[in-house]
Amino acid sequence: MDFNDTKDEAKFRDEVSSWLSANADKKEHAKDIYRPAEMSGEGESGESSALKDAKAWQAKKYDAGWACLHWPKDYGGRDATPMERVIWGQEESKFKVPGGFFEIGQGMAGPVLMLYATEEQKKRYLPPMAKGEEIWCQLFSEPGAGSDLAGIKTKAELDGDTWTINGQKVWTSGAHYSDYGIIVTRSDFSAPKHKGLTYFFLDMKSPGVEVRPIKQITGGANFNEVYFTDVKIPDSQRLGEIGDGWKVSLTTLMNERLAVGDASGVDFQEIFELAKDQDFNGDTAISNGAVREKLADWYCEQSGLKYTKMRNISALSQGSTPGPEASITKIVSANKLQDIANYGMDLMDNASIARDEETAIFQGSLLGAPLIRIAGGTDEVLKNIIAEQVLGMPQDIRVDKNVPFNEIPTGSKN
Amino acid sequence: MNFNFSEDQLLMKEEVKKLLDKENSVKRNRNVLEGEEKFDKELWNQLVQMGLTATTIPEEYGGIGMGFLELCVIAEELGRGIAPVPFSSSVYLATTAILNSSNEDIKKEFLPKLASGEIIGTFAHSEKTTFPSESGISVAAKSGKITGKKVAVPDGDIANFALVSATSGKNKIGLYLVDLSADGVEIDSLETFDPSRSHADISFKNTPAQELSADAWEDIEKLLDQSAVLFAFEQVGGAEAAMNQAKDYAMGRYAFGRAIASFQAIKHKVADMYISLQLARSNCYYGAWALSNDAPELPTAAATARVSATKAFYECSKENIQTHGGMGATWEFDCHLFYRRARLLSSNIGSQGIWKDKLITSLEKSNSPT
Repeated sequence: MDFNDTKDEAKFRDEVSSWLSANADKKEHAKDIYRPAEMSGEGESGESSALKDAKAWQAKKYDAGWACLHWPKDYGGRDATPMERVIWGQEESKFKVPGGFFEIGQGMAGPVLMLYATEEQKKRYLPPMAKGEEIWCQLFSEPGAGSDLAGIKTKAELDGDTWTINGQKVWTSGAHYSDYGIIVTRSDFSAPKHKGLTYFFLDMKSPGVEVRPIKQITGGANFNEVYFTDVKIPDSQRLGEIGDGWKVSLTTLMNERLAVGDASGVDFQEIFELAKDQDFNGDTAISNGAVREKLADWYCEQSGLKYTKMRNISALSQGSTPGPEASITKIVSANKLQDIANYGMDLMDNASIARDEETAIFQGSLLGAPLIRIAGGTDEVLKNIIAEQVLGMPQDIRVDKNVPFNEIPTGSKN
Repeated sequence: MNFNFSEDQLLMKEEVKKLLDKENSVKRNRNVLEGEEKFDKELWNQLVQMGLTATTIPEEYGGIGMGFLELCVIAEELGRGIAPVPFSSSVYLATTAILNSSNEDIKKEFLPKLASGEIIGTFAHSEKTTFPSESGISVAAKSGKITGKKVAVPDGDIANFALVSATSGKNKIGLYLVDLSADGVEIDSLETFDPSRSHADISFKNTPAQELSADAWEDIEKLLDQSAVLFAFEQVGGAEAAMNQAKDYAMGRYAFGRAIASFQAIKHKVADMYISLQLARSNCYYGAWALSNDAPELPTAAATARVSATKAFYECSKENIQTHGGMGATWEFDCHLFYRRARLLSSNIGSQGIWKDKLITSLEKSNSPT
């Protein structure tokens, strides 16, 4: 039992580390992260500066062969092993570099294109995706179809070799700066719901695509509603067979669950430091037994997730497939985030209500946590997945199975 | 990297599991619980014959010279089988305490007999009703004799000898080895919450005692950290068994025309058990790494493993009863055996509140918790 690199891993780590050292600034401490020039992080300007920096960093990596490491070289990758990809991630996280923007394309759209697109399409779209030149979004959820994704209603009609799309998508991250999108639509309303779906990719600049930001409870707007009015997609951009869209979607969703990891925001370190500083009944909060018990619980969760990740990396290092243990990560980290944020504000008492440098991260985490518990599979959906796919318990009984989609009852909240 | 047990260690784990399955250790737990015997001698002898009591003892002292990692996998299986044997007292605690010590005479005399199962040892530490702090020890050692009372000593009425914490003068706590058949020892067996594991109050009156160390508080803290990792593995084994029982029962139990395992209320309950179990298991692996490397991180790693494993076994064992419905609360079903064992293991070597406090204390000391 050890954490040591194998000879090959150590060699690869050295190579990665020396390239990063030559091309980026090392973090001086954990909180010394990349910040865009326009510091606000909100509104148009903060984002565009962050986007510009992220594109530049991604292009630099691409040119040196460090983008999408596990992809084939032909498509802009490096043919790296899963373990090499992990090592890259570990080393890159020690540097002050911009991120975001490309995960959905590289993590979700890329794998689907690799499986279902033509060779010509792969050569056309994957390298710019790896380089960060073209950004992709994922058009899945709809106002009436979230956890029950197969209930989507966006309509696709084929005429000759062109499809016409009408409907609405929602919760589309980055639609406002994306060049392309992957979309699942309903092409047959009289087939049972999982059988009438068809999957495409499309140019987000197509006429009839309208993107409107959604203001979240944090005040930020990372997501969008996307409306489709007579949008044309050539049949050549269909991924998978007509009516096979559900199967194609599952590839994307599997990759989504791998992509959605730890919840960012306050964690044990923040509440630990706060408890050491904060007054509580004439002493520091950390001297209080009840506070210590809470801290211990969160430390155990954080540590449990950290070493669950290590067990998975170890499996990769040993050349085996990681177990299903990682499926617990998002549930545990999102709930921990919410509870730590709430407890931190509790410790700060009435002063927590005012927004200042100290309270901001707790306030932001408390407001951000609800959406993290929902995005990329709600707590409840993830627990179903653990029960069904990890523990082998039966699926729920589905009253809409084998019923033509247009005969399935819908409620007023759809 | 290989943050896992080796193939040989996993093979050993499988062998222990096979033995406990074949011997139906859960049924044996019930027999001890309902009967007059204090532990299952037959099962104990089989574990001894398999060499498990000799695991960590070097060959020069009659052992087989393996390490703590092997002991971790054994502990997990003993927990899964809720084995009614004094293994934790004799192996995790007494054997480890003697191995840690530098008293060569005691090592030569006791380790071969512990390895061969000829004698059973235990650790007598608790006084009054709580796990003692350094200032809470009232048993006193003076001129080779000890006097005072230890309470609820695990296997106190089974063991041949006990390692006893006692004041050694000048505000120091020492550690003493006491033959429990010696003059001045009074042993009172207790009626306990989990009668599959025997406990006794032990009074000493001018009882002859061999000194392991006159200044042993740090040694005792370390012994507790080491054994906490092993207890945690035992708890993880028990938790996994309870989770699997809940799942299996729910798959076969039908209500409202379908297996109750198809209801989300049950699925989510079992998923919650799985989550607490995985967190505990991963923390245990880190504890195993720290234990086997005698790493400076041991106090933090041990407390983390202990706290999350205690939580996991409690949750899995109580929700296992809930999943079984009324039958889960009958004497006839095995659910309560796991529920009792979960509680017992939570109390032995110190309760949840104590370990949570130890964890935060060690994080405050190390000053770099993450």
